[in-house]
Amino acid sequence: MRRRLRRFLRSPLTIFAVIVVLLLLVAAVFAPQLATHLPNRQDFRAVLQPPSATHWLGTDEIGRDIYSRVIFGARISVTVGLLSVGLGGLIGILIGLVSGFYGGAVDSVLMRLIDVLLAFPGILLAILLATALGAGLVPVIIAVAAYSVPTFARVMRGSVLSVRTREFVEAARAAGVRDATLLVRHIFLNSFAPVLVYATLLMGGAILTAAALSFLGVGVAPPTPEWGAMISTARTYMRQAPHVILGPGVAIFVTVLAFNILGDALRDALDPKN
Amino acid sequence: MLSFVVRRLFFSFFVVIGVLTLVFLSMHFAPGDPIDMLISPEGGGRATPELVAQLRAKYGLDQPLHVQYGRYLKSALQLDLGRSIRNDRPVTQELVRLFPATFQLTVASLLVAALIGTAVGILAAVNKGGFIDNASMTVALLGVSLPNFLLGLLLMLLFALHLGWLPPSGREPGFSWQAIRHLIMPATTLGVATAAIIARLVRSSMLDVLKEDYVRTAAAKGVRRGTVIMRHAFRNALNPIVTVLGLEFGVLLSGAVIAESIFAWPGVGRYLILGINGRDFPVVQGTVIFIAVIFVLVNLVVDLLYSVLDPRVQYS
Repeated sequence: MRRRLRRFLRSPLTIFAVIVVLLLLVAAVFAPQLATHLPNRQDFRAVLQPPSATHWLGTDEIGRDIYSRVIFGARISVTVGLLSVGLGGLIGILIGLVSGFYGGAVDSVLMRLIDVLLAFPGILLAILLATALGAGLVPVIIAVAAYSVPTFARVMRGSVLSVRTREFVEAARAAGVRDATLLVRHIFLNSFAPVLVYATLLMGGAILTAAALSFLGVGVAPPTPEWGAMISTARTYMRQAPHVILGPGVAIFVTVLAFNILGDALRDALDPKN
Repeated sequence: MLSFVVRRLFFSFFVVIGVLTLVFLSMHFAPGDPIDMLISPEGGGRATPELVAQLRAKYGLDQPLHVQYGRYLKSALQLDLGRSIRNDRPVTQELVRLFPATFQLTVASLLVAALIGTAVGILAAVNKGGFIDNASMTVALLGVSLPNFLLGLLLMLLFALHLGWLPPSGREPGFSWQAIRHLIMPATTLGVATAAIIARLVRSSMLDVLKEDYVRTAAAKGVRRGTVIMRHAFRNALNPIVTVLGLEFGVLLSGAVIAESIFAWPGVGRYLILGINGRDFPVVQGTVIFIAVIFVLVNLVVDLLYSVLDPRVQYS
């Protein structure tokens, strides 16, 4: 385990990613302490100001402090990322476990349902659900969760299929362990590694999808400081004040980048072939 | 082979029904009645209960759920996707009118992705472990992580608003220089992430092939390095690349929603966004179905083509 951790932390890219994710979590938890202004406080005497000592990333079209909004935006992104991947993971893992464990007709039906979800391009499914459920944080979480369900289900099912026939499962079954316990304790815990990798990779995708939804006007509604929504408003003003796009733009790019690096690194570290 | 095609066709049909059902359910259980949406914003005054009842009857909303579902499936399978609430135009007709623009954009972005991705991937594989390899794989990682809406806005800021080299929005039909200028930024915005995916894939696929004996034999025979790479190695590395290109076509098609909305490209994606902003449910529903069905069809064609391209693929 320690050797794997060392290998995991060997690359400077991975260290960068870990630091970014930690910073993101700190920003999300301590947003009120880290922000210099209230995220929604308007100041019409300081509209579209370039970065300065008082406004580190400048101000937007109604004089709100962009730095403070980016910091509070981390809260939204982390919430959406964790809850949607968590929810999608829960449903997907359950489907994958049941499907892989029981096989037969149950497996066929569940996997055809997953195929239908996969037939939907992810962003389109998210747009459909977010439009149907209306603006707000909860619809975005549900929409993004739906987008990650098929991946989790497939990955989990694959793991279950490879673990199911192993001796320790046979032994547990012979010892009279109940199905539910067998599923959770013996099968799920032994197929956890690939699920963790996909969860990390999907975090980046989830944050990106949530931002894209807000950018398109079906996500979190203004004046909530959400990165995608901020970029969407910024496009009207980016000509006279290009800095409005910089803060939220860099925030989202670096966050997604970090999760992608972390996912790749975890995959390499947990790959038994390495 | 024939049984594979039949089975695959049947499965695609099943998926289309699934897509239709999912869209129906999500629209049906959405909070807010479409009729309320229809009368509240522009109507000004309150609609009389008679008018509401009349409208509900007109759209079939007074029927039980299974009847509504049956009607909906029947008309969807007859390619009738309803009418826009805002301008009463048939959605199918609008989609057919707008699709060529989206198709053009998608094909252009696929070209961008294939050209950049293949070139970068080959360069990286040939220089494995060297500076070019590391640099190009870092760029590919950045490309996958850069949100396309951000990339689009940055391109627009630089090339249209500051340098004035390219038009910021709109589309010119045809294949004139002007038309291509309009196409460059949207196609790049849409294609970059796919280019990055393809670059990684081409690299790993090439690395596999470059280890093969016949490549070493060719090099030992004294065949020129460029010929070895392009004719002996790349050609054999092509198969997985073609598959991914096909699958990415569907992804790009749906990704066009964002590129079209940024660059006011008059296609299906922009129509969807206008529908979302106007709470025009038939438009949203119809466009989602339209894109999803094309996505299913493209995947079907890719699967079938794959069996033609690579006879070794088994279908059992």
